[in-house]
Amino acid sequence: MSILVYDIAHARAGDKGNTSNISVTAYDAAGWEVLHRELTAERVLAHFRHLTPGPVRRYELPQLRALNFVIENALGGGVTRSLAIDPHGKSLSALMLTIALPGHNEGQAA
Amino acid sequence: MARDKIRIGCGAGFADDRIPPGVEIVEKGDLDYLAMECLAERTIARETLDRAKDPSKGYTPVLLERMEAIMPPALKRGIKIVTNMGAANPMGAAKVLRQHAPDWGCPDYTCAVVQGDEVTSIMRAHPELPLMEDGAPLESLLPRMASANAYLGADIVAEGFSTGADLVITGRVADPSLFLGPMLHAFGWSYGDFQRLANGTLAGHLLECSGQLTGGCFADPGKKEVEDLAGLGYPLADVWADGRVEVSKTPGSGGRLDVATCTEQLLYEMHDPSAYITPDCVLDASGVTFRQIGKDRVALDGARGKPRTATYKVVVGYFDGYMGSGEMGFSGINAVARAKLGIEVVKERLRRRGLSYEEMRIDLIGMNSLHANVSSLAPEPYDVRLRIAARTTDKKAAEAVGAEVRSLHMQGPTGAGGGINFGARQILAVKSVLIPREWVKPEIVMEKAA
Repeated sequence: MSILVYDIAHARAGDKGNTSNISVTAYDAAGWEVLHRELTAERVLAHFRHLTPGPVRRYELPQLRALNFVIENALGGGVTRSLAIDPHGKSLSALMLTIALPGHNEGQAA
Repeated sequence: MARDKIRIGCGAGFADDRIPPGVEIVEKGDLDYLAMECLAERTIARETLDRAKDPSKGYTPVLLERMEAIMPPALKRGIKIVTNMGAANPMGAAKVLRQHAPDWGCPDYTCAVVQGDEVTSIMRAHPELPLMEDGAPLESLLPRMASANAYLGADIVAEGFSTGADLVITGRVADPSLFLGPMLHAFGWSYGDFQRLANGTLAGHLLECSGQLTGGCFADPGKKEVEDLAGLGYPLADVWADGRVEVSKTPGSGGRLDVATCTEQLLYEMHDPSAYITPDCVLDASGVTFRQIGKDRVALDGARGKPRTATYKVVVGYFDGYMGSGEMGFSGINAVARAKLGIEVVKERLRRRGLSYEEMRIDLIGMNSLHANVSSLAPEPYDVRLRIAARTTDKKAAEAVGAEVRSLHMQGPTGAGGGINFGARQILAVKSVLIPREWVKPEIVMEKAA
């Protein structure tokens, strides 16, 4: 059974130049456990691959149950010259929340 | 000036931010200081061009409208104001305020102006400086340079208040420094006091985007509720001399301020949380915690600070050609196919006119305009808008994009409606360099009543 990041976490996107950063914060401890284990930089890059070749870096803030993803080359050249309708990539937080993750019981020994 | 505690409110988080919540926090927030952050990365380049056309201009265009609403209630209460609405002409902003303030019932006040952020001549003298984005030398941008401004720190803001000024008007100052400045002034914190600098910088970082700390950019109906989002209030910080900080918002206002909103805003526009560099310190926010200590009141803990760097960051604005765009709507049966035909027609017409573009972007609004990927394609929508945007160094070629899209009304596929030609706009792009601190000479100049 897979779950969506949306089901266990909330997110916010910010921009600096051609780099997007998206924070993902779990609602509770159980959600954090899944998030921390499954929402890897590789998985995020795979989901954003149509927008950017990467790289993606992941920072962990366990005391806040939060991850911070820094996604380079994701903003069409940056807010000032991007041709995108959302040059800041403010809406990219919504894309992050559509990532499907293996659920609580997967990946553990039976 | 030994005070035990001050309260700083945020009155604006971007140039065109909503004014009524700014007035509300002045009237009901029991503030000592109000900071208004109104200068995005590239806006100062635009303001520099305004000043080139008219030497009295170059400040944030909304300055007078905002200050007419904010200054009278703030000065009446003894609230001191700091804002970067001076943009490319802080003294010009101070002078135009002086012309109008008497009509607003503010005949007597003192205003300190921060100067020295403008560094275009330093850029011209150092074409060898490497750009932070790609390491290439600055030289290639110089012929197209529109502006260059160093991000000044809280020290010059504090110096402005030390004159006794009611109002400190700046150009480019780092956003959190607008908030840290009043703390340095009120408490006499030094640049060796890393812990307090870190706490104050963290507070400034949380407050600088106004309503984004208090429930803006947060609500998701049925999932994340925000009470009275329409009446969203702006945030404030109570700061003690020992560096303790609690954040809250205008009493009685809408919105919400809790651990969740603080966590989202902490990481907003932050890369490595252990090294958030400002002109005042290197903030290590990786261990920050938030404690809910009351309704809409949160205490900050765990920030750590390292010494400020030996450099100032400079943002260089430069001309980067033109962008043209247009949109057209299609609906009903076969709408998507007709939109796609429209796209091909416009591209072919531009090609036959001999026009070329360095980059062209095609969107189907309602399907993929923001970030959809192929796996998320849903059944076709009832209506869809095609959008074509292109960048080029040729202004006429840029103008042709929207014009050709709009002509699909009469010379495109059937049922094309709601066309818009957005015309062409000149692109002002930005890149950054670091320069040694000693090259920059921030200074305070008092604006004198005429």
